[in-house]
Amino acid sequence: MTRELMTGNAAAAWGARLARIDYLPAFPITPQTEIIETLSGWIGQGELACRMTTLESEHSMVTAAGAAAATGVRVFTATSSQGLLYAAEMLYTVAGWRVPLVLVNVSRGLSSPITLEPDHNDVLAMRDSGFLQLHCATCQEVLDHVLIAYRLAEHPQVRLPVLVNLDGFYLSFTREPVTVPGQDVVDRFLPAFEPGDIRFRHDRPVSQGVAVLGGPAYSYFRYQTHLANLNGVRAYETIVDEFSSLFGRDYATVEQYRCADAEIVLVMMGSFATKAREAVDRLRESGRKVGLVRPRLVRPFPVEALRQALAGKKGVAVIDQNISMGKGGILHTELASALYGQPGAPAILAGFVGGLGGRDIAAEELYAMVRVVEQAVQSGVTPEPRLLYTEEELRGVRGLQAVAGTDRRDRGGKK
Amino acid sequence: MYRIRFHARGGQGIKTASRILGTALFLSGLEVQDAPRYGAERRGAPIFAYVRADRKTINERGIILRPDLIVVSDDSLMAMAGAGVAAGADRDTVFLLFSEKPADFWQKEVPLAARSVLLKPPPEEEQRFIGAACAGAAARLLGMVDAATLAEAVTRELTPLGAATVAANLDLALRAHQAMADQSGMVREAKEHPVTASAMPHWIELAAEEVPLSAPVILAGITSGIVQTGLWRSKRPVIDPARCRRCWWICSTFCPDGAIQVDEEKRPIIDYQHCKGCMICMTQCPARAITARSEGEETEGGADR
Repeated sequence: MTRELMTGNAAAAWGARLARIDYLPAFPITPQTEIIETLSGWIGQGELACRMTTLESEHSMVTAAGAAAATGVRVFTATSSQGLLYAAEMLYTVAGWRVPLVLVNVSRGLSSPITLEPDHNDVLAMRDSGFLQLHCATCQEVLDHVLIAYRLAEHPQVRLPVLVNLDGFYLSFTREPVTVPGQDVVDRFLPAFEPGDIRFRHDRPVSQGVAVLGGPAYSYFRYQTHLANLNGVRAYETIVDEFSSLFGRDYATVEQYRCADAEIVLVMMGSFATKAREAVDRLRESGRKVGLVRPRLVRPFPVEALRQALAGKKGVAVIDQNISMGKGGILHTELASALYGQPGAPAILAGFVGGLGGRDIAAEELYAMVRVVEQAVQSGVTPEPRLLYTEEELRGVRGLQAVAGTDRRDRGGKK
Repeated sequence: MYRIRFHARGGQGIKTASRILGTALFLSGLEVQDAPRYGAERRGAPIFAYVRADRKTINERGIILRPDLIVVSDDSLMAMAGAGVAAGADRDTVFLLFSEKPADFWQKEVPLAARSVLLKPPPEEEQRFIGAACAGAAARLLGMVDAATLAEAVTRELTPLGAATVAANLDLALRAHQAMADQSGMVREAKEHPVTASAMPHWIELAAEEVPLSAPVILAGITSGIVQTGLWRSKRPVIDPARCRRCWWICSTFCPDGAIQVDEEKRPIIDYQHCKGCMICMTQCPARAITARSEGEETEGGADR
């Protein structure tokens, strides 16, 4: 066991290496490429016995990943943003095959306009695919959750692909201390995969993803995938118990930080949540009863744990680093459906959208959101959803529009 | 928490500098976070990297708004507003600038912050290792890293690049560390801003605007002319008219930025406002009429920078 500085990308690669992956289909995309580079370096130096294939697109990459997983080998792959969407068809398809594999997504905002920096619209666009989704907040969580993801994917009551998400830049290119466990203890936690009936061979053909015209058969198989995905909550809880006893690090479907006596709670996903931990500490110093709740599991959605964590709280601020066009924050919507009509559900569930395309969320804004929720608790009126966006930022955009000439365009003869 | 921000140009090794300092602080027993920040990778463009160090787990992430130490590897960044070298500095911030120019020059041109330290950049042949000097000097200014630990950090970060690179960087890092002996521990850990001291953000409601304004389009034609990409250059190509054979299509075609124009006499003319100094023209010129000069060095074409 060593503790060293490493990026989120390196941590993901270490997770795959320690999981003793057999097959790595790859296609490069920023900010993910360092994961593939790191693994290919180890393969080249003979430190990792794994077959790597570069494909001509992410669509083929996920197809290769699913096909290889159907033979019963341990498969790892990684992508980001546009690449994940390009592979979208095959994410849904291989989930339906009910084969285990792990895909790391390094979150990056989607086009258009194009960006390299993170938000969660890429990964949440795959929310309904059948893949389980684990969202990480630190580089340590990335390494640990690649290992946990294999246990989940290969769990007999789940047997589905798992997506592990980390934020571009804020984790992917950021080094922080990570404990790298020894191979022996990882082997105890994650032994060689025993594929059972998953053994597709060229000389023993089987049909994957068969056609089932007529709704009843289709409904049956689709609902089976849903039920297996739901089984992921209980499976995760069992797996992290074992993880804790072997590695000494505790995880839960939902992280709760200083929540026990909190009256106001911030809810958010991913690496920005560590900024919220810091804000909670500062707010506590000023005498405010504030806590943080962060779902690590997004699919399956840990409904029970979230209900328990938020029961009896006066107000909640949900901070979504994504936006569903025509609706708003996705986590806000999901949380509302989990809490509605439940005993002890907070009266105020305020929605905020921030951090799109890597836009920072300053400590001052976290304090301000708590203040908004405190006022809403007093007045009993839930505020309208808000985009975290300042006057100064709009001034900057006005400057860009002036350069682009969009402000000089003839607009109704006024200019 | 200590917050350190490095400013440089792409290609000067500032990500490596942040990693050397990060590893040195980590080996000295601190919790550390380090990261580079850049958009689409561009050699010569202003970039920055940052390091946080603390005795407890670091939860803060992203860019450093209020730095305790700012390190600038290249004094030409000082006049570049887009580089933002002084952003968030206050009276307590220590400012380390690598510059050939004396302190009284800076007092007249861009008055430096109260707590500034000037260091001469390494000689020409060592310029590409300036990141190591930045890391070494920063380590001493923080006063928490001894020479042996700094050497260990340089070795760990650069070993994959070979023994010669390690040796050159070690030498430079240790010299910079030594040069800052009198200023050891000069950087002070800023007090954390309590909630009560923080202002409300100036949030606004965004209203829907007309499509021509609110779609991400550029109607103004070639806006790239506005951006002085010539400022990214650390080396400039200079054409010797005596050697130029006026095979103008070669250099002007190979220039990836369209920064070589040709006059009526078939003479290539370099647009120094937009030449990024990639030196592709120099490698392609069959007559070897193009040479590289360091920026800052007096050259014939120097006045139009």
